[in-house]
Amino acid sequence: MFMAPPATDIAPRDPLLPRIVRLRGKRREIRGVWSLEVVAEEGEPLDFAPGQFSMLTAFGVGEVPVSVSGRTRDGIGLVYTIRAVGAVTAALCGLRTGAPLGLRGPFGAGWPLEEAAAREVTVIAGGLGLAPLRPAIEAVLAAGGRLVLLYGARGPSEILYPADLARWQSARRAQVEVTVDHAGPEWHGHVGVVTRLVPRARFDPDTALALVCGPEIMMRFAVSSLREAGLSDARIFLSMERNMKCAVGFCGHCQFGPHFVCRDGPVLGYDRLAPLLRIEEL
Amino acid sequence: MGERDGHLLTVAGLEALLQALTAQGRRLIGPTIRDGAILYEEIEGIADLPRGWTDEQGPGSYRLRRREDDALFGHVVGPHSWKRFLHPPRRELWRARERDGEVELRPAALPEERLALVGVRSCELAAIRIQDRVLLEGPFADPHYRAMRERIFLLAVDCGEPAATCFCTSMGGGPQAREGFDLALTEILLDGERCFFLRTGSAAGAALVAELDPPPADARAKSAAAAVVERARASMGRKMPEADIRDLLLASLDHPRWERIAERCLACTNCTLVCPTCFCSTVEDTNDLLSGETVRSQRWDSCFSAEFSYMNGRAVRAGTASRYRQWMVHKLATWHDQFGSSGCVGCGRCITWCPVGIDITEEVAAFAAGAAVPAEGD
Ligand SMILES: Cc1cc2nc3c(=O)[nH]c(=O)nc-3n(C[C@H](O)[C@H](O)[C@H](O)COP(=O)(O)OP(=O)(O)OC[C@H]3O[C@@H](n4cnc5c(N)ncnc54)[C@H](O)[C@@H]3O)c2cc1C
Ligand code: SF4
Ligand code: FES
Repeated sequence: MFMAPPATDIAPRDPLLPRIVRLRGKRREIRGVWSLEVVAEEGEPLDFAPGQFSMLTAFGVGEVPVSVSGRTRDGIGLVYTIRAVGAVTAALCGLRTGAPLGLRGPFGAGWPLEEAAAREVTVIAGGLGLAPLRPAIEAVLAAGGRLVLLYGARGPSEILYPADLARWQSARRAQVEVTVDHAGPEWHGHVGVVTRLVPRARFDPDTALALVCGPEIMMRFAVSSLREAGLSDARIFLSMERNMKCAVGFCGHCQFGPHFVCRDGPVLGYDRLAPLLRIEEL
Repeated sequence: MGERDGHLLTVAGLEALLQALTAQGRRLIGPTIRDGAILYEEIEGIADLPRGWTDEQGPGSYRLRRREDDALFGHVVGPHSWKRFLHPPRRELWRARERDGEVELRPAALPEERLALVGVRSCELAAIRIQDRVLLEGPFADPHYRAMRERIFLLAVDCGEPAATCFCTSMGGGPQAREGFDLALTEILLDGERCFFLRTGSAAGAALVAELDPPPADARAKSAAAAVVERARASMGRKMPEADIRDLLLASLDHPRWERIAERCLACTNCTLVCPTCFCSTVEDTNDLLSGETVRSQRWDSCFSAEFSYMNGRAVRAGTASRYRQWMVHKLATWHDQFGSSGCVGCGRCITWCPVGIDITEEVAAFAAGAAVPAEGD
């Protein structure tokens, strides 16, 4: 045969074949949202970089992309925070402790933390968008960076990770602001969309990086507020979501302009996204 | 390659070549007439080739016609492409059985079959190279594709009579097979006798030539072959406009023409299925009730379907205009960014097999014209 790459001695692992992992524990975060703790069968540590995602299989139901939302306390497993919206996510959230599930990955490009850790980072998260940002927040604080977190949820009962938020709030170099879209009289915090908090955020637009994740419409508004606050496009990073079937660049589903979101993303710099986000139904 | 050390093969010599490939344990796949079209199916020898037939093609039309002569390869490409063997329409990825909380996962066996592809055209060699870049040469490799690809033998044929829908030369290829083959044939007439100028493109091809030991080609055979290719080059049915198509299309993403195309396009997915480079796929999990096993399969998918871009309860590309745009802009523009070449090889299949005859060259020409005079006629 002519010109095909040479055969390798050791067959590389089939990237479409999941490995079997186990659900070690789960907790209900908010209504319809569960965090799953997943460990390898053989107990060897599972690794990831903040912002990366995995493909999780509920056997007999299907496979979906899910961001890694943290490490287990003992450091060997991964945590995923999942909203049950359809067949596969409902099956994953419904798994019993000890159940096997399929794992591929982690995949993709995560948050630019090498650049970010030493400096100041502004995080804007909407709803479940806080999940892929939690490991980035922990990394920034652990590295002694300055953190501004602006987080928006639908209502007070929809606020994710309240214990983590309280801990981050008390960190020395952190400013944490939480807002909700709607609230009753018992809520004393901000009300309104998260992007309204941007003017309150204390950051230096020449040195800060902004990491944004949430519904696409929210990210668009977040970007325009950040730009108004003086941040340049190259300092703004979004975690994009698209339909994904393979996560390795084979299936074509996740394309967004020239980017394979699974491989070039999910985190992409706004300088690369700006011309594409302008176009409807791309 | 191999111009100097070309050989001459008679029709009987070609049959001997095919039988030698069979003797190597290979299954022969080649053009043959089935259901009113020339398809790529298993063949046993030259008797199965569409000898004396040609295909007349146009936008949305395809028809077989008897030739005046008994040419073996006097046709071009049909609705099949070789991707159906290298990257098949459907294949099993793995199956799993769950019992007492334990899952036994079994990957599908990799193919061990060795194929010889007979009559591969220049545009199709280019298409295979393009799929190599997608499925083998990125950060991840598809093991099924690799297994098929490593075992394949490519017997190419130069095109003598392009169809009205062919435009390979404007995509930088054709009509002659230049690289990526094991052996290549040019069908010629010498003193009224049908024979083949044979070129060697690989060690596997050279070994076969050594085994069959055909006579070297003389100057007359070589110039007859060169004339066939030259004539074909001069009679290309269509051409892609000479513009920087990548930049043109990326600058036209919100052009009104997409809506105009969408008025005709049925989103039937034909163009993506016949395209030799379209690689998109999806997965399906099914439960085998008898064995209690879960089976995950991969099958071809198309960016023209609504489910393709489905996310958060809706399709990102809700309308046909955005789906057609995705297909064409990916094929001709963003493919360059992703894989360093165009995704189009100029085979013309999407033109022929589009039920409403949408012509990709005509659409690009319209964008090129529209770039100068925006919205003219829109
Ligand atoms: C990179 C990445 C990271 C992600 N990270 C996370 C994460 O951390 N946590 C998380 O929870 N999710 C995450 N997601 C989203 C998650 O992958 C999807 O929620 C999941 O794929 C949904 O699959 P499903 O089978 O459960 O639901 P689906 O069946 O796909 O249904 C989703 C929704 O659409 C509705 N629906 C289903 N079929 C149709 C139809 N034909 N027409 C109209 N509506 C329909 C359903 O009722 C439901 O509301 C991520 C996605 C990506 C791409
Ligand atoms: S362009 Fe033609 S072949 Fe392609 S989807 Fe539209 S109607 Fe079908
Ligand atoms: S998810 Fe398949 S190419 Fe990105």
